[in-house]
Amino acid sequence: MSDSNLVMYEEEFRKIDAELQKLHQQSNAKVVFLVDKNGQLIASAGETHDIDTTSLASLTAGNIAATGGIARLLGEKEFTILFHEGEKDNIHISLIGQRIILVVIFDSRSSLGLVRLRVKKTSDAIGKIFNEITQKVEKDKGEGKLEESIFAEISDEDIDNLFR
Amino acid sequence: MSFINYSSREINCKIVYYGPGLCGKTTNLQYIYRRTNPEQKGKLISLATESERTLFFDFLPLALGDIKGFRVRFHLYTVPGQVFYAASRKLILKGVDGVVFVADSQLERMESNMESLEDLKINLAEQGYELEKLPYTIQYNKRDLPNIVPVEEMDKLLNIRRVTWFEGVAVTGKGVFETLKAVARQVLFELKKHY
Ligand SMILES: Nc1nc2c(ncn2[C@@H]2O[C@H](COP(=O)(O)OP(=O)(O)OP(=O)(O)O)[C@@H](O)[C@H]2O)c(=O)[nH]1
Ligand SMILES: [Mg+2]
Repeated sequence: MSDSNLVMYEEEFRKIDAELQKLHQQSNAKVVFLVDKNGQLIASAGETHDIDTTSLASLTAGNIAATGGIARLLGEKEFTILFHEGEKDNIHISLIGQRIILVVIFDSRSSLGLVRLRVKKTSDAIGKIFNEITQKVEKDKGEGKLEESIFAEISDEDIDNLFR
Repeated sequence: MSFINYSSREINCKIVYYGPGLCGKTTNLQYIYRRTNPEQKGKLISLATESERTLFFDFLPLALGDIKGFRVRFHLYTVPGQVFYAASRKLILKGVDGVVFVADSQLERMESNMESLEDLKINLAEQGYELEKLPYTIQYNKRDLPNIVPVEEMDKLLNIRRVTWFEGVAVTGKGVFETLKAVARQVLFELKKHY
């Protein structure tokens, strides 16, 4: 199971960040962010300061999980796009590959058509970056690099310190 | 399925509180929330019914500190314990790194405990996990009530794997952090094996 752990490196993070910034600008969105299917925030761009992104990430993932459950009951594959329309803000949620969720929050300065168009481009680009990460992880694992990196020396004391 | 971010130097781990309806899962998270410093926690989100039964999940993000220069974040979730929410429980278990089984110590709840444990095993298996291999701990909760079963007996019934267990009174916080720490410890040591 740990084989499927999500890993993010500096280099790919910068690429993803750049893609999100671009999407944010070109779609005239308020905020865009990337979440993994388990509800963990990966990256974001835009006016995030007054948004609780951690909560948003977990609820978005819950939303995708619930609609995915509904899809299976109906014999559908998965709903790859969700759209919620509010009075001021709208939210566009889409799946990239099988494990990443791209969220765009926008208002009347943008439009659903524009968002859809830009999301499609960004999804392709980000999908590629995640493939690169997967390859890198495989390679590092093969060379035993990851083992040495951080967790090899975790001790009981480290854990006690977390719970002081 | 933890998320290791070498860029922001963070580790995210998902811990799920499982157990029958009304056993005290949400109460565990509420106590943890109350007793954690503001800078170490996010909002406690509860998707609940009018009568405060969990409908989909509770969620509490914790960032208790650093290990080897990495910020360690735990995302705590509870499942809805009521039997008919089975489909939701499955969804919450996705990507889990560690499980806490909260058992209700009252005599009349023993059957529900066993059912819930069986349900946990089945749901994990469906995702390709094995309870025997997952970071896992048990809390025998509601030890303050009069009609309870001795822990030794509960242990025989529910703790086949012989994992560490704790007596709990989630309403007063007894055993709550001990339980969390035990599962967190296993989750982090599991990472050590793989990363
Ligand atoms: N006496 C006593 N009551 C408890 C204890 N822990 C929880 N309770 C009470 O039990 C009731 C149910 O607790 P919850 O935490 O909501 O139960 P839950 O497991 O989240 O239930 P679901 O959401 O339906 O799955 C509440 O009224 C709690 O106050 C305990 O240790 N002792
Ligand atoms: Mg609950």
